[in-house]
Amino acid sequence: MAKVLVVTSGKGGVGKTTSSAALGAALAHGGDKVVVIDFDVGLRNLDLVMGAERRVVFDLINVVQGDAKLSQALIRDKRLENLSLLPASQTRDKDALTEEGVARVLNDLRERFDWIICDSPAGIERGATMAMRHADVAVVVTNPEVSSVRDSDRIIGLLDSKTEKAEKGDRIEKHLLLTRYDPARAERGEMLKVDDVLEILSIPLIGIIPESEEVLRASNMGSPVTLNNPSSAPGRAYFDAARRLKGETVELTIPSDKKSLLGKLFGRRAA
Amino acid sequence: MSLMSFFNRRTSAPVARERLQILLAHERGVLGGKPDLVAQLREEILAVVRRHVMVEHQNVQVKMNRDADISTLEIEVEIPGPTPVGAR
Repeated sequence: MAKVLVVTSGKGGVGKTTSSAALGAALAHGGDKVVVIDFDVGLRNLDLVMGAERRVVFDLINVVQGDAKLSQALIRDKRLENLSLLPASQTRDKDALTEEGVARVLNDLRERFDWIICDSPAGIERGATMAMRHADVAVVVTNPEVSSVRDSDRIIGLLDSKTEKAEKGDRIEKHLLLTRYDPARAERGEMLKVDDVLEILSIPLIGIIPESEEVLRASNMGSPVTLNNPSSAPGRAYFDAARRLKGETVELTIPSDKKSLLGKLFGRRAA
Repeated sequence: MSLMSFFNRRTSAPVARERLQILLAHERGVLGGKPDLVAQLREEILAVVRRHVMVEHQNVQVKMNRDADISTLEIEVEIPGPTPVGAR
């Protein structure tokens, strides 16, 4: 039974695309068939983060409007054969995303994949509402920062009122993914703590992604951080989150990249 | 930063936490469905006042303060003085 998962946040720049790519790759690495869809019409970036920017021919809107077949628009990842990408259109208008069209594409995808990950654009307009509309599960990406927490609260309200599930009276499964977390700063009282954010938003935690250089390094390379450096702190954190999404119980820790003093003195790394 | 202010510095995370809690309690509750509640209240209250006296928009001040326990909406309407006899 395929699951439609929306990765959303309200605020921009908190890590939706990074998280969509990393979770998608982690789930695919575990053997599931995964497609990641970019809903950010006009400002697509998932293709770039996943290193497929030179292979885009058709896009989501071409498929919605019937100008291309799904199989023509899906881009298969070169590293993981059971990971695919459906890019957003860079030129078309977001109004071209009709509700019926999106529902039809998602239904077709449900037959071919185990996970359909919808990478939402920032904001609360059409692209964002279309990305969440048919979701079974939501991952709300939040930074430990006031504006991000406020926008996440707003998005949680929309998930509970504007999704198909909510309108039918069902509850949409919601999870918090806390990104760019710095445990040391939180400990010093300079950053909201995990428990602060959890208490305010009151949805269950699916993972804590520590602030790390590895995230930028991975996007520079055009590779999800879970593929580019699976043993890095964010890589491990995303793998744990993916296992929790699958229903496994994984102890909640905040992985760290911190090296020992000797490691700092003598450590050298390529890349 | 002086040495004193360094030692007196209050950590900022608790401030962030408190501000968010108050703000969101309001946004979820009263303002949840009506983000323009203040504008709406202002218009309706003005309409009532205008039934009796003519007031200009710029003579109305609306202030709101939201706290954890209590919120206040302060509406100040400047009512024009009596028109001098003979001016009509």
